[in-house]
Amino acid sequence: MKKPIIEFTDFTFKYRSQAKPTLNQINLTIYEGEKILIVGASGSGKSTIGHCINGLVPFSYRGDISGSLKINGKDTRNEGIFALSKMVGTVLQDPDGQFIGLSVGEDIAFTLENDCVSQPDMRARVDEVAKMVDMDNYLSHSLHQLSGGQKQRVSLGGVMVDDVDILLFDEPLANLDPATGKHAIELIDQIHQEWNKTIVIIEHRLEDVLHRHVDRIIVVRDGLIVGDSIPNELLASSILEDCSIREPLYIRALKFAGCKISPDTNPEHINKMKLDLYKDKLLHWYESTNERVQAPISAPVLQLENIDFGYQPNRPILHNISFSIEKGEMVSIVGKNGAGKSTLTKVICGFEQPTSGRILLEGRDLTNDTIKERSLTIGMVMQNPNHMISKHMIYDEVALGLVVRGLPDEEIKQRVEEALRICGLLPYRNWPISALSFGQKKRVTIASILVLKPQVLILDEPTAGQDFRHYTEIMEFLVKLNNLGMTIIMITHDMHLMLEYTPRAIVIADGKKIADALSADILTDYTIIEQANLKETSLFELAIRAGVKNPRDFVHRFISYEKGVGRKWE
Amino acid sequence: MGVEMLSYIDKKSPIHSLTGATKLLCFIMWSFAAMLTYDTRILLLLFMLSVTIFVVSKIKLRDVSFVLLFILIFLLINNIAIYLFSPQEGVKIYGSEHILFSFTERYNITLEQLFYQMNVTLKYFTVIPAALLFIVTTHPSEFAASLNKIGVSYRIAFSVSLALRYIPDIQRDYRNIALAQQARGLDMSKKEKLPTRIKNASSIILPLILSSLDRIEVISNVMELRGFGKNKKRTWYSERPFNRKDYIALFFVGVLLILSLFVTFQNGDRFYNPFS
Amino acid sequence: MQGSKLSTKTIVAIGIGTAVFVILGRFASIPSGIPNTNIETSYAFLALMSVLFGPLAGGLIGLIGHGLKDLIFYGSPWWSWVLVSGFVGLFIGLATRKINLLDGEFGGKQILTFNLSQAIVQAIGWFLIAPSLDILIYAEPANKVYVQGLVAGASNIVTVGVLGTILLVAYAKTRSKAGSLEKEETL
Ligand SMILES: Nc1ncnc2c1ncn2[C@@H]1O[C@H](COP(=O)(O)OP(=O)(O)OP(=O)(O)O)[C@@H](O)[C@H]1O
Ligand SMILES: Nc1ncnc2c1ncn2[C@@H]1O[C@H](COP(=O)(O)OP(=O)(O)OP(=O)(O)O)[C@@H](O)[C@H]1O
Ligand SMILES: [Mg+2]
Ligand SMILES: [Mg+2]
Repeated sequence: MKKPIIEFTDFTFKYRSQAKPTLNQINLTIYEGEKILIVGASGSGKSTIGHCINGLVPFSYRGDISGSLKINGKDTRNEGIFALSKMVGTVLQDPDGQFIGLSVGEDIAFTLENDCVSQPDMRARVDEVAKMVDMDNYLSHSLHQLSGGQKQRVSLGGVMVDDVDILLFDEPLANLDPATGKHAIELIDQIHQEWNKTIVIIEHRLEDVLHRHVDRIIVVRDGLIVGDSIPNELLASSILEDCSIREPLYIRALKFAGCKISPDTNPEHINKMKLDLYKDKLLHWYESTNERVQAPISAPVLQLENIDFGYQPNRPILHNISFSIEKGEMVSIVGKNGAGKSTLTKVICGFEQPTSGRILLEGRDLTNDTIKERSLTIGMVMQNPNHMISKHMIYDEVALGLVVRGLPDEEIKQRVEEALRICGLLPYRNWPISALSFGQKKRVTIASILVLKPQVLILDEPTAGQDFRHYTEIMEFLVKLNNLGMTIIMITHDMHLMLEYTPRAIVIADGKKIADALSADILTDYTIIEQANLKETSLFELAIRAGVKNPRDFVHRFISYEKGVGRKWE
Repeated sequence: MGVEMLSYIDKKSPIHSLTGATKLLCFIMWSFAAMLTYDTRILLLLFMLSVTIFVVSKIKLRDVSFVLLFILIFLLINNIAIYLFSPQEGVKIYGSEHILFSFTERYNITLEQLFYQMNVTLKYFTVIPAALLFIVTTHPSEFAASLNKIGVSYRIAFSVSLALRYIPDIQRDYRNIALAQQARGLDMSKKEKLPTRIKNASSIILPLILSSLDRIEVISNVMELRGFGKNKKRTWYSERPFNRKDYIALFFVGVLLILSLFVTFQNGDRFYNPFS
Repeated sequence: MQGSKLSTKTIVAIGIGTAVFVILGRFASIPSGIPNTNIETSYAFLALMSVLFGPLAGGLIGLIGHGLKDLIFYGSPWWSWVLVSGFVGLFIGLATRKINLLDGEFGGKQILTFNLSQAIVQAIGWFLIAPSLDILIYAEPANKVYVQGLVAGASNIVTVGVLGTILLVAYAKTRSKAGSLEKEETL
């Protein structure tokens, strides 16, 4: 029997400011060299579990603990945070403050510096790690010049340099493009194999993590552990659905088709799964469902004409980008980390001025409009919530925009509460934002823009770090708004989101527009997938392996079918 | 916020190749030399030298023009102020009076006053090139290592590098908060009336401070998780070793300092008096 | 971690505090018409940090912050005043040792202590030390530097008195009391 390395026994934790415990009677044992995945709804307590393991609880976040947590057989409360940092390496969820060094190289080296490693060894080690995470060309770049995904790689590097027993990743995939995400998972797996470290991954993107084998999956719900089993059993069970966690799509499709998934068909990997039992049901379901028709589209509302932009004069980021968005359309912008998607949105909202080209809103040139004037028609949710939040209380933050516009308090109250309900934040409305989980913070920023009901709504990775339920609720609300004529532009790394909600997608790679077509067509064009670090959904593979004549059609039917069901919590 | 600030300018020059520690020490000694003395000859010497060094550093004037402009304006105002407040300061100091133009008794323009104010200006000018060079030729990454090397505790040293690291971020936060506010209707551009603009601008300060305080939480967490402060000392990724150049530079500036001290105090008076 | 050695928290506070001080000093200060003298919102922030993180942090933030600001924006530090900024941060920190903001305690009594100490400390700093140093280092005319000191000191005392107090109160409010957060399922 392997030796236990992390042991929660009847562990309960309550944040100082909370009235109720966030973790309840947790019993969980993780063994040396295991690879564990922790899933659960946003706000369920995953990060808190992480904080307990790396010692931030209780050493930094004050609160009441009962029960015990042993790491390597030692009770964490008697260890200092340093003793723990020698055993546990952590990649935190919040992208800010993650970085300490001025340059990428320094930041990766930080731990080594504190261990007084001599400079030559340090440099050698850093180069090695930088290669591993594929940032070796950026060693001298300063961190604020990196895109969301590039940052995530650096923080990966930061923990890999140190030789710890346990590696803890809190949503390592949140901002990564599909290909990079795949790479990250392979990277983590390789580290697990080569140095047989114990690995704990907290992640919403279950299917992406399952790209490589994990030993066990822990399911957290409202601070309780409701599931603890090997992937095959978990996928066969209904726990995920009950906890509103997105199952792998192929599993979902099979369940729609009425198949009873059994553990021994190896549902963990679509490419290794035994489908013979399910084929007929699946094909039959495929024949019996049909596709939803798309609403026709009207006049262009937003037009970009040959936009060029660079933060520094010598480093262009956007090259000659042109496209036109029709009124009432719902469009995805997808592409590599660092391609320039967020930058593009900043240019549209007037945060940055393009070096050349112009932007038209309903045919009117926006060049001389202030941010405020643009904001009356264009609403934008930034990628990083910390860049938007400026008030202390949730309610005030969401109300801010309306207050500024001088609406009557009654209407403000009613609209704010509606937005909060949509984003599942109503219960927290009188909380300070600092007491929210990351996903909850992101939803606050979404709510604060939704209340403004802009004509054109731009969301930068709205579903990053969201669980399936909030994901669906937010998206469905967006669809409602869309049907009322709101134009919606979404930046996303979630290929299924793109397929499911946005018929059309614009693909950006290295600052250039490389495609502008139907989402489904894009995800079947391998050259584009290659160029833009995209990834086709597992539904294709399922369809192909099940011998469906037209896989793309299969996906469409799946989507329209899913829209019909799957709303049981409404 | 297109406000320019001085920052590292990457060039290949003897000055750049000195370690940060050397430049820091030299800068401090230089400032002392210039601060203590009022001896015109020394000031002139220092000024000449600092100009020479500036040329050696390959830094172009236009790289720092915006600061120079500011300094010139500042010095102008300062000089006028000195004259208005104390038009006979020079006479007091040099104990003689050569009137050039006489209006009222008080505001007579004297050679002494001009000479004194020239010294004030000159004194300021001897420091500027050194200060500018120190900032634009020292890579911030190296700075903390340097402080640590010259005996500052590495914790303090590190807080300085944190400051340098986060000034751009805080500036961007300041900007982002401003933008986020504007994107929700608080206008800070020219189109809004000034009072409103100021009011709105002030609505940035509080969020900025609160978010910075939160940030302190997060960062200190990360630093402890990554083992900061567990040892008596630490090594630095971007430290540079001392070599001959550095010792020469230090020696050279050290001599200057002593020289200026000597000349200044040997005649018991900080001022060089051409009038007696 | 606490005790003789500086805690990591304090180190970070000094670092970030310095950065904020610099930014505020550069972008949130209004010229008062007298050379070398502005209405500095940054001193309100400095006071907050001194109260929160103690004398050493306050002193260093003032010293390094002011020095850096002068260097990177104005090309060369005005040493005498840089020193005084450090002095102010240090002694406000010392004088308000008793105030414990972290538990959200900041009522009338604390407000009084805070303002008394900040007024006295700044008076000494700006009315006496700064001008004396100016004369010592730069041999500037006495009456000029004393007027500058008076104006700067007065405006800073007022700024900290008003804005500083507001900041402290606001911060105290953000410290949600233990066990105060409860989900409200319905309206
Ligand atoms: N510092 C804190 N103080 C008080 N309450 C907190 C704090 N951090 C988190 N919480 C509360 O604990 C609960 C769980 O937070 P946690 O960050 O563990 O959720 P999570 O599962 O990581 O969610 P997400 O997937 O969105 O990151 C949340 O309801 C949150 O309000
Ligand atoms: N404030 C900035 N200053 C300078 N360069 C920047 C800045 N922000 C981003 N960049 C650079 O611009 C490029 C595009 O960044 P951007 O954030 O737009 O990418 P992205 O497509 O949003 O990537 P991701 O999917 O990871 O968010 C990146 O190479 C990044 O280094
Ligand atoms: Mg979390
Ligand atoms: Mg982005």
